[in-house]
Order: sequence, then structure tokens, then C-alpha cells
Amino acid sequence: MSTETRPENLLSAEVRREIDHWLAKFPSSGRRSAVIPALHAVQDANDGYLTEDLMDAVADYIDMPRTAVYEVATFYTMFDLKPVGRHKVNICTNIACWLMGSDDIVSHCERRLGIGLGETTPDNRITLKIEEECLAACTGGPMMVVDGHYHTHLTPEKVDEILDKLE
Amino acid sequence: MNAKVDNATDTVTIEVDGVEIQARKGAMLIEATDNADIHVPRFCYHRKLSIAANCRMCLVDVEKAPKPLPACATPVADGMKVRTRSERALKAQKGVMEFLLINHPLDCPICDQGGECELQDLAMGYGRGVSRFSERKRVVRDENLGPLIATEMTRCIHCTRCVRFLDEVAGQPELGGMGRGEHMTISTYVERGVSSEMSGNIIDLCPVGALTSKPFRFSARAWEMLSHPAVSPHDCTGSNLQIHHLNGRVKRVVPREQEEINECWIADRDRFSYQGLYSGDRLTAPMVKRDGEWHEVDWETALGEAAECLRNTVREHGPDALGALISPSATVEEMYLLGRLVRGLGSRNIDARIRTGDFSDQIARPPFPASGLPLADIDRLDTVLVFGGNPRNDHPIINHRLRKATLNGARIHFVDPCSHDINYPVAGQYPTHPDDMVALLAAVAESLLEGDDAGFPDGLRELIGETPAGGLAGKLAAALAESDNPAILLGPMVEAHPRGAVLRSIAQIIARKARARVAILTDGANTAGAWLAGAVPHREAGGGAVDRPGLDARAMMEQPLRAYLLHALEPEQDCWDAAAARAALEQADSVVVMTTFLGEGMQRYADVLLPVGGFGETSGSFVSVEGRWQSFPGVAPPQGQGRPAWKVLRVLGNLLEVDGFDYHASDEITDEVRGLCGELQVQTEQPWQVPEYLRTQGQGLVRAGTAGIYAGDPLVRRAEALQATPLAREPDVIIGPGLARELELQDGSVAEVRQGDVAARAVVGIREGVAEGVVWMPSGSAAAAGLGPLIGPVTLTRA
Repeated sequence: MSTETRPENLLSAEVRREIDHWLAKFPSSGRRSAVIPALHAVQDANDGYLTEDLMDAVADYIDMPRTAVYEVATFYTMFDLKPVGRHKVNICTNIACWLMGSDDIVSHCERRLGIGLGETTPDNRITLKIEEECLAACTGGPMMVVDGHYHTHLTPEKVDEILDKLE
Repeated sequence: MNAKVDNATDTVTIEVDGVEIQARKGAMLIEATDNADIHVPRFCYHRKLSIAANCRMCLVDVEKAPKPLPACATPVADGMKVRTRSERALKAQKGVMEFLLINHPLDCPICDQGGECELQDLAMGYGRGVSRFSERKRVVRDENLGPLIATEMTRCIHCTRCVRFLDEVAGQPELGGMGRGEHMTISTYVERGVSSEMSGNIIDLCPVGALTSKPFRFSARAWEMLSHPAVSPHDCTGSNLQIHHLNGRVKRVVPREQEEINECWIADRDRFSYQGLYSGDRLTAPMVKRDGEWHEVDWETALGEAAECLRNTVREHGPDALGALISPSATVEEMYLLGRLVRGLGSRNIDARIRTGDFSDQIARPPFPASGLPLADIDRLDTVLVFGGNPRNDHPIINHRLRKATLNGARIHFVDPCSHDINYPVAGQYPTHPDDMVALLAAVAESLLEGDDAGFPDGLRELIGETPAGGLAGKLAAALAESDNPAILLGPMVEAHPRGAVLRSIAQIIARKARARVAILTDGANTAGAWLAGAVPHREAGGGAVDRPGLDARAMMEQPLRAYLLHALEPEQDCWDAAAARAALEQADSVVVMTTFLGEGMQRYADVLLPVGGFGETSGSFVSVEGRWQSFPGVAPPQGQGRPAWKVLRVLGNLLEVDGFDYHASDEITDEVRGLCGELQVQTEQPWQVPEYLRTQGQGLVRAGTAGIYAGDPLVRRAEALQATPLAREPDVIIGPGLARELELQDGSVAEVRQGDVAARAVVGIREGVAEGVVWMPSGSAAAAGLGPLIGPVTLTRA
């Protein structure tokens, strides 16, 4: 391990405190259980995305194989592995929302923002997350999650209103 | 079946396809059916790996279960009734197969795995004739996993055997399942390739053509090759191999299952070294040097000149002016014939211990050096002291077993001049200067013997008086003493150590006191065979002592002789003191070299070059470190006019009129040596010899290093793919950060390494964990060729 990738040089004291907080919740044999909250903490402190070095730092910090951290980070869509905009918009396209017209919501957003799914607006304001699966709000479909906040029963007008409010 | 078996509590009775079978309690169904030779199709299941149950191919019909269950993840239960070929089972298996083939290309004719593919076989047995899937198939970008493993990831069916192998067996989790759902790929994510020293096993494990052998790729089909057994020519574990060959060429090497040695794995070194056979510098015809020019000649001329050289030397300078060195990886038969040839000429100088630093205990040692610890027992050790070695580099299969021991809770301590990258949690690595190794081991013995005055062997207490036991010695002693099943592994650093005899001797005392077993890990594939076949100066064939021992390998080089006969080694790379070896060979009147390769050095010092067969090109036998005799056939003819070495030696014997060289086949020789050895058992005990002193007080820096992982013999040094791996491209020299600062050297910079009169330019790496005053420099690299002793004074300066 070179000096640059040592956890203490890549993870701020605050982030480490947050990871420690989660580590304390699991028995010492289950340190890797803290990997998801740890990645969240690291991602939040790094403009919303993870880098290889940061994932390595998390792996070394909680003592799990680096490959296993990559597996987790690539599995969950809530982790981004490339730079993202200031706001993340996740439109559910799973079956319930799809039946309720999520395709139209997606095309509306794409038109409105001038970007496709998986892209970020040139002003770095909004990233449209790619192929978001069920976000567990089927009663309110179509729905989307913007920066962690749920918005249900979407219509194009409602979407415009929400998007316009994002700085 | 009403008869009760004795261990009824440990087994259950189940019925599979109408047949009652006994199964181990807690076993999975597939283990029971496999043991009963009932075939259940599978991809992800492998008995040596954890259960993933993700391919679903092994679905079987279990009575009372609402749906088919995976045999690999369903534990047996008493009275369970299973049908593997019922309509429901077959339908489930057929369905799974159809899903597996959705994304798998149906182009077996252009796939390297075609003909030996588990998916292809099972699709024949369980699939439909025609695919109903007409949509687009997914395509996966290939990743470069390095020079050994070719990828075609579109073919991957996500069984994850490779992922689990690297994690669970190789201890280097480099592959993982990245992404999810349809986007999941098996990948390293960081694209740095796979660098485990056991990585090639994932080629065998891959049930499809996703991971195949890069050096072998598209060069032959499975069904056209012949397959014959072989034994690892690189280390003393004697890993069992199978050579696949076609039209007289070795095409590839795969493991042969041998649970007691290599299980079903082999190291990359054993798998890919055959490539060296086809390097550009094979010696294909006998050659003689006349007036400084090399000429190709026929065998008769070459053998005549070789015999003349040897005969003249003996006539003019006496028989003791002749010396023979043979590779510790030569066969028993070659060693035996060479030994008899040399002795038949009246000389006593023959040795295979080319990397040994200390011979002073050779008479006292058992008939042959061996491990008192069967390899299979390593898994069950609970405390191990690995003294003077890096098993991962030296004996990958032993390292694998040590790793298994740690997974069972074993604590392993390493003492070597520098710490190594070990792929399991270690109890401790203690970088120790070679000069301090004897004192440390003595202090461990002292700690163990405390309060047991009678146990102290003669003279040890007086010697230790000067060197009080430190905390480390006490710690190691306590660890061994408290263990129920301890062992001491003496690695190649002990073999190379100028005071190796004292180390071996003290290790015995420690072993006796701590009830530990001692494994002396020997050099090459056949050092034990060398002792048994009489290829050492102090033992005749059969292991008996000779009256007047001849010169050992080191002495033969330090006290230059008039003539040398060499077989299968490059002394300027392989000898303990390469500089002395080169000088001795260059001053000699005549040097006859039997070799597979036309090395650079030998072109300068040799007078006659005789081309002999290499790995797979000669029949023969090796004796492993466990004392296991393993014979193998020659499967390919040597290239060009090359001949198996035993035949060359036979003719030389005849030409030199040495009696009894009329063998027709190599197994006649094997039988003769075995007959001489009788029923020799493995012994490790050796009597205590009082050392004169414990601590050597050296001045300045000391070079330490044994052979690099892919540098230990002429064959592996020429294996192109192995040489391109990260393990082979380590820096030539490793030093600690303190020394680097002092010498103003940066990581990756070039330095001049000087031992005595010889200097070389070498790339420097800087690592933590190198003992103070140590310059770690393995042998076998281009930089180390021709340098001085493996352990000896060195200077390092900025180049």
C-alpha cells in the first residue's frame, strides 16, 4: 500500500467517525457489514461519487478484500463510480411505475434536460440515473427519488416543478 | 439394508434413483451422489470450493419437496428419496440449460474450449436440439487478465468458480462479480490482471471457454492430443502433472489429481514452464569448440571429444581434477549414471547441491534430506515456524497447505531476511539479518530448554552465553511449546546459509523439545534423489557413506579444477557463488556441458555441448521431499538431434569403458537404484554438532536472496508467459527505506551491485520489512547472473 492510498490519508476524520459509528453496530467478525453505510459516507463527502482509491481506502479501513468492495459498489445503483451532477434524479422504471407511465416521465425529463439516462447536464446540475429499479413506493407510481427525497404520482408538470427547484 | 453400520450416527441413508446409499451426515446431496457414481449435472459446484448454488444446473427431484432442489445446496436427510432422472428433474435441468444458453454464444467450433467444455457436454445431454431464443444476446468486453489467462467473457455463465477459487484457495481475491443482473460481469474492475501464483487453476475450473490458457490458445484440440503423466520439475513437492502433447510437442500441462500432494491444483510455474522448451535458444545439435569457434558436429564426434576431454584430464592431472555438477532437478537415472561415470573415472567430485552454502554436516545427516512432515499433514498444523524461506515463492503447493492450516486457525511465524507478501494472515514476520539467524534460533532453543539442564546439548549454553535470548526468541519458543501440533519448515535460505549446518542442528533440538516435526524443504525437484542416486560427493548410490568424500559443489568452484562436466544447469545463474563458478569454468582446460539450452555463459567456457532432452522429453524419476518415488515417461522427442540425457551418459560410459553401462531402458536404471536404496525411510534427525560460534560479525551490507519464483532453473527462465507476469518483474534488488535514504536511491532507480570483483546494474525496489543491513537480491535474474554468493557481502551504490 503506498502512502497515498492509506485510509487515513483519503478518509477525513469526519468520514472515519461515521464509519466507526457503523462498525460499532456489528460484531468484530462482521466488519464488512458496514461497507454500504461506509461507502455512502465516503460518496457523500466526495461530491456524490466513488473513486477506485476511495473504495480501496474503505476496503482497507474495514478490512475486507478490495474486490468485494467493488462488487458492492457496482451492484447498487445508489453508488456512482463516475463524477455526477449536484443532484441525482432516479426515476423508477420497474413494473408498477412502468404500468403507470414511467416511460413518459423518463422521456419528458430527457427532453427537458437535454440529456439521456445516465448523463449529466453540461452545467453539472443534474444527473439522470440509469435504469432505476423498484424504489419501493409502488402505490405512488410513477415516482422518482431526487437526492434521497421521494416524489410520487408524477406528472410532467410536477416533474418540471421539482426539477426547476434544483439549484 | 437393515444391517447397521458402526458409525451409524455419522451417516444417513438416502435413496437415489431407487438405490439406497449411505451419506455423511451434513453432506450435500451432490457429494453423496458423486460418491455413489450417480451423475448430477453441475457448473458452479466444485468439491474444493464453497457452495454458491447459482447455476441451478443440479436441480433434482426430492420427494415431498414442492419443487426441484439444487443437489449442491440440499443437505442429505435420513430416508430422503431423490430422483435425478425423473420427468420433473429432467424438465428442470432442461429449463436451466435453456436459460444458460440464452446469452452463451452457440459457436463452439471457434471456441478454444470446444471439445472439453462442460457446457457443451451438458447441453448435449440436457439441452434442446434447437434454440428458441431469437432475441439479441449480450456481449461482454474482454478484460486483459495478464499473460497467462485468455478471456472471452461473453462466454461466461457466472458460475463464479474462478471468483471463489481466487478468494478461497489462492487467497488473492482478484476477480469478482461486478454489476448486477444482465450487466453483471466477472472482472477485476480495476483491470490490473490476475497475479496469483496459482492463477492458472481458474482455466481448469472454468466450465466454459471464458477463461482459457493464453500460451496454449488455439494451438490444438482436446481430442487430438495425447495425455501422459509427469511430475513437477521445479520444486520438491513433486506435484503430479499431466502433459498434453501433439505430434511430439508439449502443448500444455494440467494437474493430475493427487490428494496427498497437490490435490487438484498446480502452481503456475508447473503449468506454464513447458513454454521454455520452445524458446529460441534450444541446443539442437552437438557442438564442439575448435580454436575458439563453435562447430556443429555429429554425435560420434562430439561424444568422442567429450570422452577425450575427460580422459585426458584424468590422465594428466589425476582423477580429482575432474568435477561434475548436476541440476537438483535432473532425474534419478541421470544422477545415478553421472555419479557412476565420475566415480568410474576415479574422481570423487560430483554434486547436485548447487545452491547450498554449508556442507559441514553432510556426513551426519540422514541418508537423504526429507520432510518429516507429510505434505497432507501441513493442513492440520496449529503452529508453524517457517525459517528462511518464502513458501509462496519457493513451494507454492506447500504455501497453499499452510494457508489451509491458517484457515483452521494455525499461527504461522516467518523468519527470513526480509518479509514477504503472504496471502493469509500471519502470526508474525520477523525480518532477520542472516548473521543473526543462528543466534536467534539458538535463543529459541535456549528458551525452550530453560530449566532443563540435561536437555542442553554440549557446548550450546556456553555459546549462547554471549547472546541473551531476546523477546522474539522467547515468543517463538512459547508459541512452539504451547502448540499441540507444531512444525518447523527450513526453507531455501537455510540451504543457502553459510552456517546452514548449525541452523539444521539447532532446529533438531527445538523440534525434540517442542515435539515439533521438521521439514527440510530441498532445492529443485530431486535433491532427495541426488542423495539416493549418489550424485553427492559423500554418499554412494543407495545412500551409504563413502570413505573419502570428494569436493562439494561450492568447493568445486572455489578450488578450481581442470575439467568440469555439467548437466542441466547454468552455473552463472544457478550456483551458490555464481562469480566463483564462472571464474572456475572459464579457467578450466575443458568443460563438457549436457544441456537442453544454449546458454550464454556456456558458449564462452564450454568445449563440448551435448544437446539433451528437457521436461517431458525424457523418462525418469524424481524423489520428492516426502521420499516419494515418482516415475514418468518421455512424451516428446528432444528437439533436433537432442537425446535423453540418460542415453548420452550411457554412451559416454561405454566410450570411457566404465563397467555396467549397458542399459536398454531407463527403468532398468530406476530398478537398480531402488534396489540399492532398499526400504530407506524418511529420517530427519541428525546428531548435534558443537558449532564454534553463533554470531558472525560481518561488516557492511549483506546480500541475501534465494532463487526467484520464475528463475530457479533454465527451463522456467525461458518460459515467456511466466516471465511477463508481475511476479517475474519484481525489482532485482529490494532494500528498506532507511538504507534507500542513506544511499540516496529511489524506488525504481538503477544501482550498481558489487560482490567482490563483480558488479552489475540492478533495478532497486524499496519496501518495508527488510532487515537492517540486508540487500535482498534473488538469484536467477539477468542482473544477478554471475554475481557472488547468495548470502555474502555486497556494496550498493547509485549508478
